[in-house]
Amino acid sequence: MSLVTLENVSKKYDDLLALDRVSLKVDPGEFVCLLGASGCGKSTLLSLVAGLDGITGGTLDTGGRKVSLMFQEAALFPWLSVRGNVELPLRLQGVSRPERRKRAEELLAIVRLSGFADKRPHELSGGMRQRVALARALAQDADILLMDEPFGALDAMTRDILHDELERIWREQSLTVLFVTHNVREAVRLGDRVILLSSRPGRVIEDYAITHERPRRIDSPEVAGQAAEITDRLRAEVARHAH
Amino acid sequence: MPTNLPPTTVETPAQRTPNASEAAEVAGLDALELQPKRDKGNLGPRIWKSAWPKFLAIAIVLLVWQAAVWSEWKPIYVLPSPLTVFTDLGNVITTGDFWDGVRVTMTRAFTGFLLAVVIGTVVGALVSQFAPLRAAIGSLITGLQTMPSIMWFPLAILLFQLSESAILFVVVLGAAPSVANGLISGIDYVPRTWLRVGQVLGMRGFAKYRHLILPASLPSFISGLKQGWAFSWRSLMAGELLVIVPGALSIGVRMQQARDLSDSSLVISYIIVVLIIGILIDVLFNAADNSLRKRWGLLS
Repeated sequence: MSLVTLENVSKKYDDLLALDRVSLKVDPGEFVCLLGASGCGKSTLLSLVAGLDGITGGTLDTGGRKVSLMFQEAALFPWLSVRGNVELPLRLQGVSRPERRKRAEELLAIVRLSGFADKRPHELSGGMRQRVALARALAQDADILLMDEPFGALDAMTRDILHDELERIWREQSLTVLFVTHNVREAVRLGDRVILLSSRPGRVIEDYAITHERPRRIDSPEVAGQAAEITDRLRAEVARHAH
Repeated sequence: MPTNLPPTTVETPAQRTPNASEAAEVAGLDALELQPKRDKGNLGPRIWKSAWPKFLAIAIVLLVWQAAVWSEWKPIYVLPSPLTVFTDLGNVITTGDFWDGVRVTMTRAFTGFLLAVVIGTVVGALVSQFAPLRAAIGSLITGLQTMPSIMWFPLAILLFQLSESAILFVVVLGAAPSVANGLISGIDYVPRTWLRVGQVLGMRGFAKYRHLILPASLPSFISGLKQGWAFSWRSLMAGELLVIVPGALSIGVRMQQARDLSDSSLVISYIIVVLIIGILIDVLFNAADNSLRKRWGLLS
């Protein structure tokens, strides 16, 4: 039973076709990476799954499951402390104060930020803010976690370490993740599957199963080798748009 | 498990489990990326650093003033020397009578300002919420803001006679548009990413206002309050010179009386009093603004 099922999903903005008959299934506990060049509609796809935008063709079924979405910017609220930001989804759900405090402590421990609960977002580094955003997303207790290039704005070392962290949390918390990126190695490093999208309009052109043993390293020969293969395919797709 | 970084703490081999070394990597990176706390220095030198330019400016003004007096540009009874004025000022502010006047004026100022804040907030919230209302009165609010408040007094006097209400009317008209505009622009410029987060978190209706829109628009709202205060204070001073309410010996009335007696020194004393009150209130608003900016990380 898939958590998310897309069948021939299309999305049209006026006369621009962003997504063209995209079919995709995400199973419970799966880590699926969506990969594509600019204009492949990967962010659009996440917005559709998150219910922020409506589809214009096909069917999209999340079975009424709860969905959470993380962006490239942590987008934490500056008027709240780190703890306040993590507690916010719980507050909106009407969780009692002692209980949400306890839950926030647990979540901050998961992202290894226990000592920073009373800091303000601006006092943290970019990587730490993104982990707070992850804790906030986990606080929503969603069935599916959507991530829109969450590490795109971070430096390489921070990104590598956050890959390890995300992999660990995904495993420990049995998350189901749909992860958008334009970084091929990142996709191969993290995904159980890497789905390659074409650009303008976005279509699924390949669905790679990544079977290397976890935990992986982004600089391991297996990851690099498969990334090279996918990169070639992606470049061929990009070259197609040269007129 | 292979690691990219050596553990930052000395561990025995038994402790060096993959999880522990990962934790050390993360903690080490966090520690490196956080800015070390800088010592701000002692309070004394810091105050002096921000104070001396102000003292210098005051000294220059006094010097120019004294020079004008020495040059006998105007007769001494029209333009008295700083020393005369400050002696008179000292005498005036040590009377209970003077503080009664300050009380009358400040009561008016705060009543008018609070009323303007309430009205401005309600109007601002409504205008930002309903597009037709914005189309109808959005530019009117800005128009009102640029209207010199003294223009309202003839109408206010006809409507309310020489009464507190006439003054209040003009003070509120002067301040409310700024408050409304502050709130409107605050709401308009809530960053898109925050709105998206609100959407993802399922905020709707009242919760969206309570947890997102209102806190996010606070900086702009405070600017609106600050500007609104400035307008209400100006309107009030104009009002106190024009609308003399019997029995209420406000600062404006006392100043008018001093003018009637051709007592320049006293007139200048009251100007200084009004200036100082204005500066003090501005300091309060700036303190509120700065503490908010600090909490938000908008100050470097």
